[in-house]
Amino acid sequence: MDVKVLIVILLSAVFVDNYVLSRFLGICPFLGVSKKIDQAVGMGVAVTMVMLLATAVTWPIQYYVLNTLNLGYLQNIAFILVIATLVQILELLLKKFSPSLYKGLGVYLPLITTNCAVLGVTINNIIDGYNFLESMVSSLGCGLGFLLAMVLFSGLRSKINDSKVPAPFRGLAVTLIAASFISLAFMGFSGIVENIFA
Amino acid sequence: MNKNTSASVLLNGILKENPVLVLILGTCPTLATTTTVDGAFGMGIAAMAVLICSNVFISLLRKVIPESMRIPCYIVIIAGFVTIVKMLVQAFLPDLYVTLGVYLDLITVNCIILGRAEMFANKNPVVASALDGIGMGLGFTLALTLMSTIREVFGAASFAGIAIPFLENYKIEFFTKAPGGLVVYGLLIALIYVVTHGRAPVKKSFSCEGCPNAGTCHGAACEKKGAES
Repeated sequence: MDVKVLIVILLSAVFVDNYVLSRFLGICPFLGVSKKIDQAVGMGVAVTMVMLLATAVTWPIQYYVLNTLNLGYLQNIAFILVIATLVQILELLLKKFSPSLYKGLGVYLPLITTNCAVLGVTINNIIDGYNFLESMVSSLGCGLGFLLAMVLFSGLRSKINDSKVPAPFRGLAVTLIAASFISLAFMGFSGIVENIFA
Repeated sequence: MNKNTSASVLLNGILKENPVLVLILGTCPTLATTTTVDGAFGMGIAAMAVLICSNVFISLLRKVIPESMRIPCYIVIIAGFVTIVKMLVQAFLPDLYVTLGVYLDLITVNCIILGRAEMFANKNPVVASALDGIGMGLGFTLALTLMSTIREVFGAASFAGIAIPFLENYKIEFFTKAPGGLVVYGLLIALIYVVTHGRAPVKKSFSCEGCPNAGTCHGAACEKKGAES
């Protein structure tokens, strides 16, 4: 297994193809749960966890069940069901065995079922033709990228709250424009990661 | 039900409760597929088809689906229709299929569709739900087309793939990139505030109201009211 390939996948998922800032997946929680930094961290960690678990389950399903039975067209239904079930089970387990963790992460779990970043990453891993290990690394990268974007953005938002914003821009408009600046900063990473070992 | 005449249900989605610009639902496809007018229009129509079908189906089944299991049921119904639409697009519009890529699959988790199922289809009769689907779908398509027109004309100096010669030398590529999408969306929301003199009920921020997940998370994840302004 070439470790360099894995590192490139990880870094490009975090910085270059950041799911929130360049692919626009998971914008709802990005805008909704980034008001405070602890919320942002909680949501980011929960999403990373679900992404890893979902990939660990959906990859074998795609290759050993759907592909062998020639049921590729059921991918969408199968994946969303897996994610929804997984989130429910995770919530129940956390509630039962780790109430403190549940308090920190559990409240974000129901929001993740309909988070398009999770479905997006599982489908993208199949489209990109990654093997199991590469898929897991790419999911980890996407989750970490989501976490990074959330934390950076929650810092920026506390600044916005303290400043005077013209009336038409108050609320969501200025939030979106601020998000655009972070996205612009992330664009600077493009082209760096691909050549990191060149 | 007297208040909801057919015409008002239909117009509601296009203007007063435009899903993209007023309700702020479905932000992901709004930002991701509006780099070209073709892609945005296709996305709008595809989502509208799924929305109408799922609204009708959920409305038909609204007395059968148990309250506690409704979200998984809705998701399966929606995913089924998305698969149908995806196969149709792949067969008849292969170019669009390539342009939209994974975003076609992601109609499944588009908050507009689940949101309308939660907010409208599960408590209204079939015809009203279908009209709501058409109205919301048209509103979504219109908003997407508007945004993509701005982005394509200024960013790529073309409209729906047709080049606009006199803008050729003044392309602002920023608009076709990811940050450009966020800026255009932000400016459009600000513009609506100006045009309506602040009377439009544009959501100030994300709150539990209108969030399709509010029923499952009991408002734990987001603050009760949009305190930020």
